[in-house]
Amino acid sequence: MSTVERVPPPRSYLEEGYGLRSWLTTHDHKRIAILYALGITFFFFLGGLAAALVRLELVTPAGDLMSAETYNKAFTFHGVVMVWFFLIPSIPATLGNFLLPLMIGARDVAFPRLNLFSWYLYVGGGVFTLLCLLLGGVDTGWTFYTPFSTLFSTSHVLLAVVGVFIVGFSSIFTGLNFIVTIHTLRAPGMTWFRLPLFVWSMYAVALVMVLATPVLAMTLSLIALERLFGVGIFDPALGGDPVLFQHFFWFYSHPAVYIMILPAMGVVSELITAGARRRIFGYRFMVYAIIGIAVVGFLVWGHHMFVAGQSMYASIVFSILSFIIAVPSAIKVFNWTATLYRGDIGFDAPMLYALGFVGLFMLGGLTGLFLAATALDVNLTDTYFVVAHFHYIMVGGAVMAYLGGIHFWWPKITGRMYSEAWARFAAILMFFGFNLTFFPQYILGYEGMPRRYHEYLPQFQVWNVLSSAGATILGAAYLLPLFYLAWSLRHGARAGPNPWDARGLEWQTASPPPPHNFEQTPTVTEGPYAYR
Amino acid sequence: MSARTHPVPEQFDDPVQQREAATLGMWAFLATEVLFFGVLFAGYTLCRVMFPEAFAEGSRHTDMLLGTIETAVLLTSSCAVALSVREVQLGGRRAATAMLALTAALGIAFLVMHGFEYYAEYREGLIPAIRYTQQGVYARGMEIFYCLYYFITLFHSLHVTVGVLLLGVMAWRTWHRAFDQDYHTPLELTALYWHLVDIVWIFVYPLIYLVGRSG
Amino acid sequence: MNTLPQASSFAPDVDHLFDALLLLCGLVVVGVFAAMIFFCVRYRRGSAAERMPARAHLGVELTWTLLPFVLFMGIFGWSVHLWIRLRTPPKDAQPIYVVAKQWMWKVQHPDGAREIDTLHVPVGRPIRLVMTSQDVIHSFYVPAFRVKQDVLPDRYTELWFTATQAGTFNLFCAEFCGTDHSRMHGEVIVMAPADYARWLQAHAGIGLAAQGERLFRQFGCSGCHDPQSGVHAPDLYDLYGHTVPLSDGSQVLADERYLQDSILLPKKQIAAGYAPIMPSFQGRIGAEDVLALVAYLKTRTHAAEDTDEHR
Repeated sequence: MSTVERVPPPRSYLEEGYGLRSWLTTHDHKRIAILYALGITFFFFLGGLAAALVRLELVTPAGDLMSAETYNKAFTFHGVVMVWFFLIPSIPATLGNFLLPLMIGARDVAFPRLNLFSWYLYVGGGVFTLLCLLLGGVDTGWTFYTPFSTLFSTSHVLLAVVGVFIVGFSSIFTGLNFIVTIHTLRAPGMTWFRLPLFVWSMYAVALVMVLATPVLAMTLSLIALERLFGVGIFDPALGGDPVLFQHFFWFYSHPAVYIMILPAMGVVSELITAGARRRIFGYRFMVYAIIGIAVVGFLVWGHHMFVAGQSMYASIVFSILSFIIAVPSAIKVFNWTATLYRGDIGFDAPMLYALGFVGLFMLGGLTGLFLAATALDVNLTDTYFVVAHFHYIMVGGAVMAYLGGIHFWWPKITGRMYSEAWARFAAILMFFGFNLTFFPQYILGYEGMPRRYHEYLPQFQVWNVLSSAGATILGAAYLLPLFYLAWSLRHGARAGPNPWDARGLEWQTASPPPPHNFEQTPTVTEGPYAYR
Repeated sequence: MSARTHPVPEQFDDPVQQREAATLGMWAFLATEVLFFGVLFAGYTLCRVMFPEAFAEGSRHTDMLLGTIETAVLLTSSCAVALSVREVQLGGRRAATAMLALTAALGIAFLVMHGFEYYAEYREGLIPAIRYTQQGVYARGMEIFYCLYYFITLFHSLHVTVGVLLLGVMAWRTWHRAFDQDYHTPLELTALYWHLVDIVWIFVYPLIYLVGRSG
Repeated sequence: MNTLPQASSFAPDVDHLFDALLLLCGLVVVGVFAAMIFFCVRYRRGSAAERMPARAHLGVELTWTLLPFVLFMGIFGWSVHLWIRLRTPPKDAQPIYVVAKQWMWKVQHPDGAREIDTLHVPVGRPIRLVMTSQDVIHSFYVPAFRVKQDVLPDRYTELWFTATQAGTFNLFCAEFCGTDHSRMHGEVIVMAPADYARWLQAHAGIGLAAQGERLFRQFGCSGCHDPQSGVHAPDLYDLYGHTVPLSDGSQVLADERYLQDSILLPKKQIAAGYAPIMPSFQGRIGAEDVLALVAYLKTRTHAAEDTDEHR
């Protein structure tokens, strides 16, 4: 080390190294975010393919395209992949990983190596899931209800369970990393009530991930052992209780719904304020709403079991809690709308996604009240009404917000602008395709078509055909960004540090940011959304 | 090489911040651990409400003497690991290493005793799905009890095993002067983890060994 | 918009609640969408609208939070009221037994008629289905009645309804139960009471209680439970519908669930004054046989015995 050769620091995190190795061993949260984005995109289209098969089968009432077994495996694969390999990691692991340190003025997350390890766990879980698919798949539905999953199904339940178990640890470690990062690495002056709502949503999500996922992991282990050894605590032949499984499962899986939607709410808060160039309306209410949703989200799991043999009184309690959790969600919708008041509203693609999100999320949320009302749920549960409801929340909500966020921060991530015209077209196409796909399913459910049906009665055909037609449009709309975003990587105009004239620390550094985010650690002197 | 030169990773401003982060991270991890075991305890409670007599009967088949010794061993080991942290803080490298080695040894003793228990249960035919020969009115409920028994104790033993490995590493690093008064976060966190393993056992012990023996 | 028949006494009430909630939600949707569209047009970039900073008011937040909340709580109260009705069968409801298995519905009427994938019921009479499964979880769903209930292995669940119009209605399995889940459907055939009586007569077999009585001897229950037996065991007369004191000091109502548990899990609840000596019959007796035994135990009364003797 005698010759001092001054190498200028790399200009952006993308230019820090070009080889595969530099990516696979990186500790940079921004690069790990991109690794996640690749995996998530892959699984999104794989899960989408399964959905396409399901919709194709349902064009006709008879089970003529594939066998019942294949159909059951297709919707199970769709559910498992979309829930655990797309929705749960989608916003937290990509946008969250990329933006969280930038937004709080940190150089990286608290545990960069753990962060990379989480990604490898994600990949490991994915390998098991793909292996399960290649060896013949699994046919239990993503909910793995016992005793079907433990004692009756002849498919590869174990492999699927192992895959989900592993990916669960990925989300636990991501959550842990985020909690510690937000607690300890905020820049000087970045007080709790100066945090952008996206960071608050990441904090709430991280708490849910850390506290709910272990329950899933243990429950899946109990399933695996019961399947392996033929005895276990859910086994009705021993006097065990299969409904106990449902309690454990939904104790995780209902909060998991909030793992999917809270980040989306965070993203949309950023998008709407930037699009309307306006402070968020009622910042503190928004924060309390996020925390409220995360906390009450742990107390409503029983609303999945109103007809499962749970006591009448327990159902009443879960019902009122489910009504109560609608309050913070409503606050958020009203405040987003009020943020538009006296704004300076531009209709760039991210804003279109955000507005679409608010509308679809509202429809999904309100139909949730029908399911929270016990007397109505009796008729509607396990029908297509439920399918439509949660797709409005998860696809209309979480996916719209994810794509909106990707568009909004794309110049920050890549340093390039995409084609605005194509992006707007895709957003609008997606909105209409989505409604055409899923609105008919509300009607199907109301008329009594049960979910997970390979064959159905001819009277349901019209709505099913409409839904499948919508799915075609939706599929095309999802493919579009793949092309124009990829195109922008080479041919897009160079983006400045702040193409949207947005506030927030992430816009104060270069696009793409340098390896350690900021040339100098910023000092924060005011709250977020310093628009008018 | 002195511990003082331990580099602070670039995401942290100073060692204080690093230590705060590491400690908070460990506590968050312990929170997830509590929930891992929490599910099992919840399952245990519900099943016991369904089969109170069978659970009592199952409990009477466990080896209370060994269980009690195991409890004492773990409690002693927790004390030893706490002492080792104190020794490092006071600068006593040898005593600290010895205490860590003692902790690890007690952990191994715990595992060995559990191995004897499992073997005895195998001979008695108490292992569901592998060798379960119980007959009589409580046989089915007891099978559920033993499913939970194995799941909980094996999961706990897994934690003990991980703990023993960590303690070994810590003993080695302490001996090689990796820690001093100012920097000993990894040792402290290992001790925290070991205390958790111990606390979990304090819940397991009465649930498994004592329920059937009251009154 | 409703092409679904309202064929049970619940159906109109459930639909009213649905419509009320739909109206309320519709108002919220229209309100929010109208505001959003208005703002988007008025405050579009480049328009000449006023843009003075507006302040968030606590009052505004609380109004638009609490007002809808109170309205929705009204819906909740209404729903609970209806829910309790849905879950509380009247005392005089006619029991019919349903056993689900992959992938069929087996129905047993108390006086012996059996059917598969169809269920005949009379108009205007409360029917209580007592259901269990032989394998996985199924769910009994009749959209036209607005009723649904999961059917669990080794457990009893109940469902009740009063059909209000004659006709044939779809019966679906609503809980995913394996390969042919979507083929596990059937029909509920609602008949005028006179037609139903004729149908029952034509299909009467040996009554369920009579089958149960035979099984009661066949499985050796009578060896201990008959009054002449030397074993100290309850004689089970006049048991159903009465309160049983238990050895732990509590009391339990002897309903179907209790009778089934006493056969399959005898140690769960021990009658006061008796030793826990009864063996479990779990795994030794099929779900349908348990149903028959329970049906018999319900008719095992001194009154019934006396009429038999005096005949």
